[in-house]
Amino acid sequence: MIEARGLARTFRSRGRNVEAVRGVDLDVHAGELVGFLGPNGAGKTTTLRMLTTLLRPTAGSATVGGVDLLADPVGVRKKIGYVAQGGGTAPECRVIEEIEIQGRFYGLSKADAVRRGAELAAQLDIEGLEQRLVRTLSGGQKRRLDIALGLIHSPGLVFLDEPTTGLDPQSRANLWEHIRSLRGEHNVTVFLTTHYLDEADSLCDRILVIDHGQIVAEGTPDELKSRLSGDGVSVEVPFESVANAAEIAGRLPGATEVSTTENVVRFRVPRGDTALPELLRALDAKDIAMTSIQVQRPSLDDVFLAMTGRTLRDAEEGHQ
Amino acid sequence: MVRETWLVFRRHMAISLRNPAWVMIGIMQPLLYLLLFGPLMEKIVSSTPGFPPGDSWQILAPALLVQLGLFGSMFAGFALLGDLRNGVMERLRVTPVSRLALLLGRVLHDTVQLLVQALLLLLVAYLVFGMRAPVAGVLLCLIMVMLLAVTLSSASYAMAMLVRSEEAFPALLTTISVPLLLLTGILIPITTELAPRWLYVLSRINPFAHVMDAERASFRGDYSVDGLLTGSVVLLVITVLAVWWGARTFQKENA
Repeated sequence: MIEARGLARTFRSRGRNVEAVRGVDLDVHAGELVGFLGPNGAGKTTTLRMLTTLLRPTAGSATVGGVDLLADPVGVRKKIGYVAQGGGTAPECRVIEEIEIQGRFYGLSKADAVRRGAELAAQLDIEGLEQRLVRTLSGGQKRRLDIALGLIHSPGLVFLDEPTTGLDPQSRANLWEHIRSLRGEHNVTVFLTTHYLDEADSLCDRILVIDHGQIVAEGTPDELKSRLSGDGVSVEVPFESVANAAEIAGRLPGATEVSTTENVVRFRVPRGDTALPELLRALDAKDIAMTSIQVQRPSLDDVFLAMTGRTLRDAEEGHQ
Repeated sequence: MVRETWLVFRRHMAISLRNPAWVMIGIMQPLLYLLLFGPLMEKIVSSTPGFPPGDSWQILAPALLVQLGLFGSMFAGFALLGDLRNGVMERLRVTPVSRLALLLGRVLHDTVQLLVQALLLLLVAYLVFGMRAPVAGVLLCLIMVMLLAVTLSSASYAMAMLVRSEEAFPALLTTISVPLLLLTGILIPITTELAPRWLYVLSRINPFAHVMDAERASFRGDYSVDGLLTGSVVLLVITVLAVWWGARTFQKENA
């Protein structure tokens, strides 16, 4: 569905060149739900805007929906749907007016556009709102309207830029369901960008991790997590026993990356659940009193940290 | 592309008709000048040499139409900035719609809006102040006003696409439109008898001054080549240039 090689985009800003995207290669197959994960400023939106013909790449090539991006942008536009980060509806328009004009720009007749709009409204939980002015809709409703507009012409490929950013938790969960059903029931290929780890983890078949304009890791969520060695364990002990505790932890079978901070010992172990009883017994035998203990399954944050040397949160703060 | 232009036109008309207040606000300034300044002109025009021929209303009304254009159509770009900010432009640009249609639909809407305002203004001048002008002349003048609307709104959209800031944009427009307006000689015509030479020369460089002259000529029924030619040619040239400029900014590949 999407094939990109060496896609790059440089901006000139105040006399300096900003390389927002430096040589991105990607392949997305039909029916996949692929996520583009990275902190703000990583180049996600820029890459997306290149693939949707809004921005001309400064280097590289791509075919989107089987059409050459550089040679036939209008052809690409006919095949894809796009839902921008902030949405794109005019507050002073009626919902039905937006649906109609969107459909007609894609070549649907007025009747087809209205019918298709009603179908999508039912699927996306925004029925009955046709005559309302867009500015009277709630945030979640507006976002679902944006998605309906992106799907009005039943494209085989849809791009969603940060689809749940700014939504309340309930709307987020709701939207995830809708996105899953897009792929599940309607076989639409979905390419989304996000900086939410839980979103990438729970929605996507495959994740591309991007940082500083380049893809740093690629795979299914489980694949990425399993590249790290196992679960993370952290034990809190009295300050004076930290060194001893660390030594004991280090002797557990398969323990790696043992580290200490003040009164916490951290390490990784292939199976946190089996290592725990051994650890507790060993610490007890040496009379080391534990104050708290935590086992964590690897998260994408750990993946990001391992790939780029910093956590997603630090990366976001750094970018600001 | 014609169908798409029509769709864009209808969209903007629907939005405008939902907020008719904007039409009235646009017409306020010229209307106030007409009502509160116009009566002063009568005595001045009849007793001062150096004014172009015609009674004071025939001199003032076309001038107010230019003023309506310069401060009305010229600010059309504002609506575009709103659409850029709320993501509508980006969404529409991902569809296969022709970028030119996105411009022309808007321009067509602005032209209709200016026409309505112009007719209202002329109606007031006719009814309240007894302004008389030949029908053919008025029609010709209105055609010129429409072309003026096309020029100014296209240019406004081009500038809006380039400036993109809702703070900088009005500042830019005012910086441009005030000197243009003053050098058009709308309140007191800039003629060789009334103005010092340097001012006269500056006003001759202003294309709107020539358009102004042609409008005044048609308003008093003077269809001679002398009166109309320069202004009409200038108007057509600036219309073509403005639309070309607007089209270029809309078709740029980098949104």
